[in-house]
Amino acid sequence: MSDGRDGGDAPTPGRVALVTGGNRGIGLAIARRLSRAGHRVAVTYRSERPADAEAYNLTCVRCDVTDPESVAAALATTTERLGAPEIVVCNAGLTRDGLVLRMSEEDFGAVIDANLTGSFRVAKQAVRAMVRGRWGRIVFISSVSGIGGQPGQANYSASKAGLIGLARSLAKEFASRNVTVNVIAPGAVGTDMLAALNEDQLDAIVSRVPLGRVGEADEIAAAVEFLASEDASYVTGIVLAVDGGLSMG
Amino acid sequence: MSDENFERFKQCAVKVLSVDEAAVVPEADFADDLDADSLDIVELVMALEEEFDVNVDEEELEGVATVAEAFELITSKL
Ligand SMILES: NC(=O)c1ccc[n+]([C@@H]2O[C@H](COP(=O)([O-])OP(=O)(O)OC[C@H]3O[C@@H](n4cnc5c(N)ncnc54)[C@H](OP(=O)(O)O)[C@@H]3O)[C@@H](O)[C@H]2O)c1
Repeated sequence: MSDGRDGGDAPTPGRVALVTGGNRGIGLAIARRLSRAGHRVAVTYRSERPADAEAYNLTCVRCDVTDPESVAAALATTTERLGAPEIVVCNAGLTRDGLVLRMSEEDFGAVIDANLTGSFRVAKQAVRAMVRGRWGRIVFISSVSGIGGQPGQANYSASKAGLIGLARSLAKEFASRNVTVNVIAPGAVGTDMLAALNEDQLDAIVSRVPLGRVGEADEIAAAVEFLASEDASYVTGIVLAVDGGLSMG
Repeated sequence: MSDENFERFKQCAVKVLSVDEAAVVPEADFADDLDADSLDIVELVMALEEEFDVNVDEEELEGVATVAEAFELITSKL
């Protein structure tokens, strides 16, 4: 498997991982999982650090993914404290829903900037060290909305669909350096993001989910843990739906 | 071609491209002689930017195929 350069494939129990938006919701569940799997984990936050950072040994770094300098600073701090991230999970994201006819260009652009360009900023800056180390795992958190579209979420769906093209291009650009890049497309997951929906909207979603319920953040995290593992070494450029069957249609 | 600068250049190339020192001669072609793909060249340029504390724009890399051309590009910025 080694290409004769610095062999990066020796089994290493723990890698350095960075999870953006790892202070709550899905990101926090991912950080906990990666930590339990033996990785040294840093999470980014804007608002508040996670309450149980100590219990999971999470290094907390401040970062706003809409600001390239903030991303650079967060990577530098992580590298200083833990080493250069070898696993990066681009999870930070937000919604600003509205029907297209009433969606301002500002609302469209802000969501693209945070979700898509923000992930690009993080991946671009982090991949350099992975290329040097000849080992890397990048996981983008997309959404079922990015695959099937969603009324009221044109901006969000576009940003999440964009992540797929971004990931697959990176997967091809860096495959020769043993860096894999994959996408997870969660369905409806019980976090603050979902809490923003009203009961009717929620019922409407759940009624379309073959498994008949909302997912848990940890069920997304389990998939991330796999894609970030040594065992996933032959998996790159995939979009893994973790959605109770929602995207089967 | 300053010897000292070329030596620094050569060390970067040896490290990034995993090639023998003896192969890094001015007329060497990155693709044909040093087995370097486009990503290798980008990596080398990043290493050279750090080593020589210079900035190389994407467009400037176009047409750079040999060691001499890359060395010229970097040292023209010193
Ligand atoms: N929940 C779902 O049903 C669902 C479904 C599909 C996909 N997803 C995706 O999963 C990811 C996590 O969602 P979630 O449900 O856990 O959402 P959440 O509870 O709303 O958390 C969002 C996270 O993103 C961070 N964030 C937002 N904007 C940021 C910025 N500009 N810079 C840095 N961090 C930023 C937040 O940090 P602060 O706390 O500091 O604001 C927070 O950690 C998102 O990408 C979302 O699109 C969620």
